[in-house]
Amino acid sequence: MDYETQMRSPIERQRGIIDFTLSSLMRRKVKNVGLLCLYALIVFILASAIFFTSSIKKEASLILRGTPEIIVQKMAAGRHDLFPLRDMEAVKNVRGVAAVEGRLWGYYFDDRLGANYTLIVPPAARSSAEPSEARPLFWFNAAALEPGTIVIGEGVARVGKLSKGDSIAFTAYDGSTIDLKVADTLSSKSELVSSDLILIGEEDFRKLFDIGKDYATDITVEVKNPREIPTVASKITRVLPDTRPIVRDEILRTYDSIFNWRGGMMIVILSAAILAFVIFAWDKASGLSAEERQEIGILKAVGWETSDVILMKFWEGAIVSLTAYFAGVILAYVHVFLTGSLIFEPALKGWSVLYPHFSLTPFISAEQLITLFFLTVVPYTIATIVPTWRAAIIDPDAAMRQTGE
Amino acid sequence: MILHPEVIANLLASYAATFMVIYATFYGVQILRRWDIRSGDELQLALERKTYLISTVLTYVFALQLFSIFLYVFTADALCPLFVGAMCAAGTLNVNAFGYPTLLIKILTFMLAGLWLILNHADNQGYDYPLIKKKYSLLAFIVPFMILETILESAYFLGLKADVITSCCGSLFSIEREAGLGFILVSLPERAMAWIFYVSMLCTLTCGIFFYRRGRGGYLYSILSAMMFVVSIISIVSFISPYVYELPTHHCPFCIVMREYHYIGYFLYMLLFTAAVCGIGTGALLPFRGVQSLTPALGIFIRRLAIASTGSYAAFTAIVTCEIASSNLMM
Repeated sequence: MDYETQMRSPIERQRGIIDFTLSSLMRRKVKNVGLLCLYALIVFILASAIFFTSSIKKEASLILRGTPEIIVQKMAAGRHDLFPLRDMEAVKNVRGVAAVEGRLWGYYFDDRLGANYTLIVPPAARSSAEPSEARPLFWFNAAALEPGTIVIGEGVARVGKLSKGDSIAFTAYDGSTIDLKVADTLSSKSELVSSDLILIGEEDFRKLFDIGKDYATDITVEVKNPREIPTVASKITRVLPDTRPIVRDEILRTYDSIFNWRGGMMIVILSAAILAFVIFAWDKASGLSAEERQEIGILKAVGWETSDVILMKFWEGAIVSLTAYFAGVILAYVHVFLTGSLIFEPALKGWSVLYPHFSLTPFISAEQLITLFFLTVVPYTIATIVPTWRAAIIDPDAAMRQTGE
Repeated sequence: MILHPEVIANLLASYAATFMVIYATFYGVQILRRWDIRSGDELQLALERKTYLISTVLTYVFALQLFSIFLYVFTADALCPLFVGAMCAAGTLNVNAFGYPTLLIKILTFMLAGLWLILNHADNQGYDYPLIKKKYSLLAFIVPFMILETILESAYFLGLKADVITSCCGSLFSIEREAGLGFILVSLPERAMAWIFYVSMLCTLTCGIFFYRRGRGGYLYSILSAMMFVVSIISIVSFISPYVYELPTHHCPFCIVMREYHYIGYFLYMLLFTAAVCGIGTGALLPFRGVQSLTPALGIFIRRLAIASTGSYAAFTAIVTCEIASSNLMM
């Protein structure tokens, strides 16, 4: 064969080698299935962790997009205190502020169920000028909320076995009991934010916690121009030095860091498993069976070059890696998005009595897949280079002589 | 340090690649010192076998470097919400002084690894390893850059600290962080840059085809293709990316690899890298055309490289032109 024709069919050559590799893999099914399962398991665990953290991050950012630009809390002795409503004027006068509103909210511990509720007085009906793409945090039937009634989240309803018309007994600040009737439950689309939520009327809230008419828990500040948010926040601290403005982006950033950290921590913990797997792969690749040695010996005797054997081993690794990788990724997808990550839920989500039931919106990007590739396939490949080469340089006569023994 | 899966993947890739290159160089130096093709010595035999190992290792490193450039960019992009004022990868890379230098040196090591593979392939065409000393000298030349890259990348990632809520509030407030080493993304006037891009591309392509057909002007093509790489990158910043984003003020060279733009950037950058590596490789191999054991194989290989490079540049231009033509932006 002259040089030109030899060069013309590199694809044919690769195809031939892949064909051979596949049939030789199939001949040693048992040995390879073990490796494949372990490999897929490693990919599956890492992929689950990555998918879970990034989709929960996505979810958090979607939810937070609907929150006010700035929240201002009053500080007393370094602690969060009630916000005196008379200070609202000062905030309103800061240039760039579009609207200021007081919020009433708090936590209530129900010792009957051992659960914490979040009590919120729903804000007055907003003007229709509000941008429509902002997803509201919760939906409820505003008309249902009369004095003496509450609207509860699904978590509360589930744990307390409550439905419309039942009532909950709250213990007020002075020990007296206040009975509030459940008027409605919140829409279940928003369970991530509304699971432990109870919407309560302003009067009932003030009665329950003894909060005077002149105070709110904190205030929200709306800023029309997003570029002005940091400036407005710094002006607020100048006007009211005893307050703490919290900017939405900061909350977002903090959530991001927390979930990054959790995902990273998972991987650091799992690195021991990856390492064990790499050692296993190394061992598998270097421990050639007599049959394999003989095979390589024969191949070289019939004219294969060292580089051809390396190529064959490369394809072997690629076939095993890709099969395990895709199997692991598909399993992880099913695990995280269809079964609600049964295995990792406790570790990654945190826990509480009223934990929301929610299913994550499937979200997968090329970035995640490449990261995963780097964390699994690359270590495997590196571990097998030297053993592959060792196998490939076997002299044909040595290989066959040894197997003859 | 930000403990993020992608950061871990980046560092892992970097350490692994450097480790492999150092490992390969260890044997490479032995080959440089002891290689004697005429000897039938046991050592010589062992060294000849080692060459297979080294070229396998370098092939993997080369692939790893290519992926890691992209991984690095979108890790930077993924981290941008953590920093005040960073809107995408461009901002995150600027968070400290090591971001951009790492990227540049990554591109450099990728190109060098590519050149090494080209040299290696050429060397394998001859029966007597005619280029072996040159090949391993180049490998020894690559090592310091790989080590430097690892150090810079570690310094970059370890030095990142997210701007999160602190207990006092005390926050942020537009304390504009000191820009690191700073990196001014040159944004030259669009119209002029477009002319420069198309005219120089035309020259490069003509020269490439001329070399492929007549076998002359190889060095010129090599120089042109190296320059064209730089011109193309500047063009992406200057006028190509605004058309992709359909925003006359957005010049970021990184966002085009993102999902929102259908990952078009991957094609563009891969074509550019291929074109530049093959183009420079053409020139690097030309001096060895006279080596007896390499004729005629080397001549054919060089022409193939040249046409691969020309083809990649042509495809790059075609995609860019399509993007501009189909863009809703008029400038």
